[in-house]
Amino acid sequence: MPQTNALMGFVHRRRRGAELFLLVLALAVGVGAYAAVGIGVEGEVPTDLVPYGGWLAALIIGAHVVIRLVAPYADPVLLPVVAALNGLGLAVIHRIDLAKEAAGDSGGFAQQQLIWMSLGLLLFVVTLVAIRDHRVLQRFTYTSGLAAIVLLLLPMLPGIGRTINGARIWIHLGPFSFQPGEVAKVLLVIAFAGYLVLHRDALALAGRRVLFVDLPRGRDLGPILAMWLVSLGILVFQHDLGSSLLFFGLFLIMLYVATERPGWLVVGGLLFLGGATLSYYLFGHVRIRFDIWRHPFDYYGEGTSDQAFQPVEAMFGMGWGGLIGRGFGGGDPNRVPYANSDFILSSIGEELGLTAVMAVILMYGLIVERALRTALICRDGFGKLVATGLGSVLALQVFVVVGGVTGLIPLTGLTTPFLSYGGSSLIANWVIIAILLRISDQARRPVPQLSDDTAAIDMDSTQVVKL
Amino acid sequence: MNKPIRTISIFCLLLFLALMLNATYLQYWKAGKLNDDPLNRRVLVAAYSRERGAILVGRTAVAESVESHDEYKFQRTYPKPFVYAPITGWFSYFGQTGLERSQNDVLSGDDSRLFVTKLVDLLSNNPTKGGNVQLTIDPDAQQAAYDGLKALGPNVQGSVVALQPSTGKVLAMVSLPTYDPNKLASHDLSAANDTYNRLNKDPAQPLLNRGIQTRLPPGSTFKVVTAAAAIEKGLYTASDTVPGGVTYQLPLTHGESGLIDNEGRDCGANGTRIPFSQAMEQSCNTTFAALAGEVGAEDMAKTAEGFGFNQHYFDDISPQAVSVFPTDINAAELGQTGFGQFEVAATPLQMAMVAAGLANGGTVMKPYLVDEQQDADLDVVHKTDPEELSQAVSATTASEVTKLMVDTVDNGTASYGAIPGISVAGKTGTAQSGINDVPPYAWFISFAPADNPEVAVAVMIQKADIPRGEIAGGVYGGPIAKAVMEAVVK
Repeated sequence: MPQTNALMGFVHRRRRGAELFLLVLALAVGVGAYAAVGIGVEGEVPTDLVPYGGWLAALIIGAHVVIRLVAPYADPVLLPVVAALNGLGLAVIHRIDLAKEAAGDSGGFAQQQLIWMSLGLLLFVVTLVAIRDHRVLQRFTYTSGLAAIVLLLLPMLPGIGRTINGARIWIHLGPFSFQPGEVAKVLLVIAFAGYLVLHRDALALAGRRVLFVDLPRGRDLGPILAMWLVSLGILVFQHDLGSSLLFFGLFLIMLYVATERPGWLVVGGLLFLGGATLSYYLFGHVRIRFDIWRHPFDYYGEGTSDQAFQPVEAMFGMGWGGLIGRGFGGGDPNRVPYANSDFILSSIGEELGLTAVMAVILMYGLIVERALRTALICRDGFGKLVATGLGSVLALQVFVVVGGVTGLIPLTGLTTPFLSYGGSSLIANWVIIAILLRISDQARRPVPQLSDDTAAIDMDSTQVVKL
Repeated sequence: MNKPIRTISIFCLLLFLALMLNATYLQYWKAGKLNDDPLNRRVLVAAYSRERGAILVGRTAVAESVESHDEYKFQRTYPKPFVYAPITGWFSYFGQTGLERSQNDVLSGDDSRLFVTKLVDLLSNNPTKGGNVQLTIDPDAQQAAYDGLKALGPNVQGSVVALQPSTGKVLAMVSLPTYDPNKLASHDLSAANDTYNRLNKDPAQPLLNRGIQTRLPPGSTFKVVTAAAAIEKGLYTASDTVPGGVTYQLPLTHGESGLIDNEGRDCGANGTRIPFSQAMEQSCNTTFAALAGEVGAEDMAKTAEGFGFNQHYFDDISPQAVSVFPTDINAAELGQTGFGQFEVAATPLQMAMVAAGLANGGTVMKPYLVDEQQDADLDVVHKTDPEELSQAVSATTASEVTKLMVDTVDNGTASYGAIPGISVAGKTGTAQSGINDVPPYAWFISFAPADNPEVAVAVMIQKADIPRGEIAGGVYGGPIAKAVMEAVVK
């Protein structure tokens, strides 16, 4: 590949020092926000600031040390950005806890979230240590796919599946509740990547040309149709608009990247539009979501069904926050139901203003940018596809949830990665970052000696396929 | 695979750009519209939680915000609730009335003239503090009026309004029954709501500011307007004689229903003439019915409107009920208007303006309650300048009517308003309600000192546990007016 050759002369630096410096800034965001919540809401610096900050620092510096040891060439920006988002999320969840306690409800979500974060970082370390080369994941292509489908079906099982807020996407096992869709996200990316890297040529080369668009062969449409049906199934049976959109979009993007044929996007886009239109006319819950999005104020206030209470309160809150926000304690973010999970961005918009919302969106942009950059410089097709998949799934999720909260698109229930309260989401996203770091470590590592046997075999096999 | 990855990068960039543009639209361009939405509870709570400015009478606050250690941060309190409630109104979670409503922009700090203070607060990260409103009220006069009216009994319904004739400043405005605005401003929202519902349903209408909102027939106090109209037209002077009589048959009528009498007061025999001062002293209905006929409907209306009838003139608290002098009336109705009956209806403020206009040489000043608006640092941002409403009658006419009113206090029905050593001009009144079982309304208007007036007062007693007769206005209204005048003059 020409890109690889061009990169051969360029050796990436490790930049671990830069990562440490950025981590200190990220910690300042997390601990500073926690202190600001205490000062703003209770009028004093929280008494547990030192143990809290210490624990946060220990977690993050621990992750940094592990990266130094097992992935020294990994991207230096990802961990700091994610740490900053997670720290900010913790502070905002703590802020909502205080509001809940003031209103007589039970709080304690921040404490819980800190435990989830610790677990997430533990899995992050386990992933980095256990998977020394991301290509081993390719072995689990079909296992992952199967596991993902089982996970997606689990909530449908009577007994452990739960319907929360109209969406049947939760399972309960004893005291634990769990959103399997978040984990399925990671598994699906691995499964798609493994499948596509094997079948990309068949999908790419065969087909006919209609009106300047290369359409795939009928028999190759199988997987895309299957994925379309799975997405529709999630929508119809689990009432989960967000996940449905997320999985189908993810699949389309990976298919397009693997085959380099925009025709897939046309086919997929048409399928999506068709499915969306059909479900608008067929399913009440989709139609009502769409109508609420178009005319939220028709569904708000006394004398109406008040179904738009949440999005309208979120809009009021963000408008109330304006450019610089009301400051922690100065707003009333708890008016919005689920202000600490799905709608955490409206809490940030209300109390920290447009400035912080922009910063958060840019941080997500930065994560996606680093993921796609990793994909670009990655030397193997599987790694490229996994990095692209993980990057785009984050981008899509952020777009769907932030767009939903700010009224750009109809509202769907998805968590805001790293910010929202929720264990499944947080752990899954930390694992995503671990995988991305692993791929970037591989990609940025100096190219091994050509005399190396494994490398020679790799290059030989590549040439055979290209012929 | 790098080409599609780059395409996807651009796609993701567009997604994030769309998010940022939409967030900017929502939090910057649309924010104002969202904040103005009446359903937006955040704005209501914030307004309710703000440190509002004080409403000041003299150097004392009659409404102020004190810090409270709960969700709403500040509690609105009214140190003299019952005396000032009709003026201040109340500031509750559910809304505002009275000055709290009309001066809301200043009190809340939203007024554009307070922009600099607001900017400083914003930059120094202090919550916005509202400005203060300084009233024209004379605290002694207000208290005297309240005490006097209150002394009539627990069930009294009435009002006292006092004005400074030369400026139109409202020196006192009392209305009974009254209420405790502290209970309506309570942070216990359901208790506040219950209190409101109870007060709102009370048949005695405690929430009404009778000073500006209750219109009743002014009765004999309106005779000063009739006298002013007759003198202004050049028909008489104060020393002339006017038609007297025991009874007077209204034009176009015959028999009992159109026959006016004087309830036994000495107004001469039928067909004789009596001095103008006697007619005023004895409050002769027969005389003033005849005078109204001589003046004519058009000039009667012109003079009444000069004093403020049929006009809107009071903006400081709302709504002001417009006092009525009927137009398009026949001769019999015109006769009745001469002594303040038929459809003539006036608020206590209106009758105070009649007295004040005569006291001020015929020039009626626009009444006002807000003297100054100040920012949170007590710097004056606006001071109200006295404004002339109209020239009701000439200075000569005013002084002639004043003579008649001084006679009425010195020798006639209004003697209860007399202050030793000070010349007082006054007039009593009793108006038939026109409704069975509802006793007549008692009125008293006056100003003092007659030669250099400092205060004009109108007292209106709508209902009280007291015996009634023509004399009631003088017996019960007179001492109250006297107390208010003394509070200002001495």
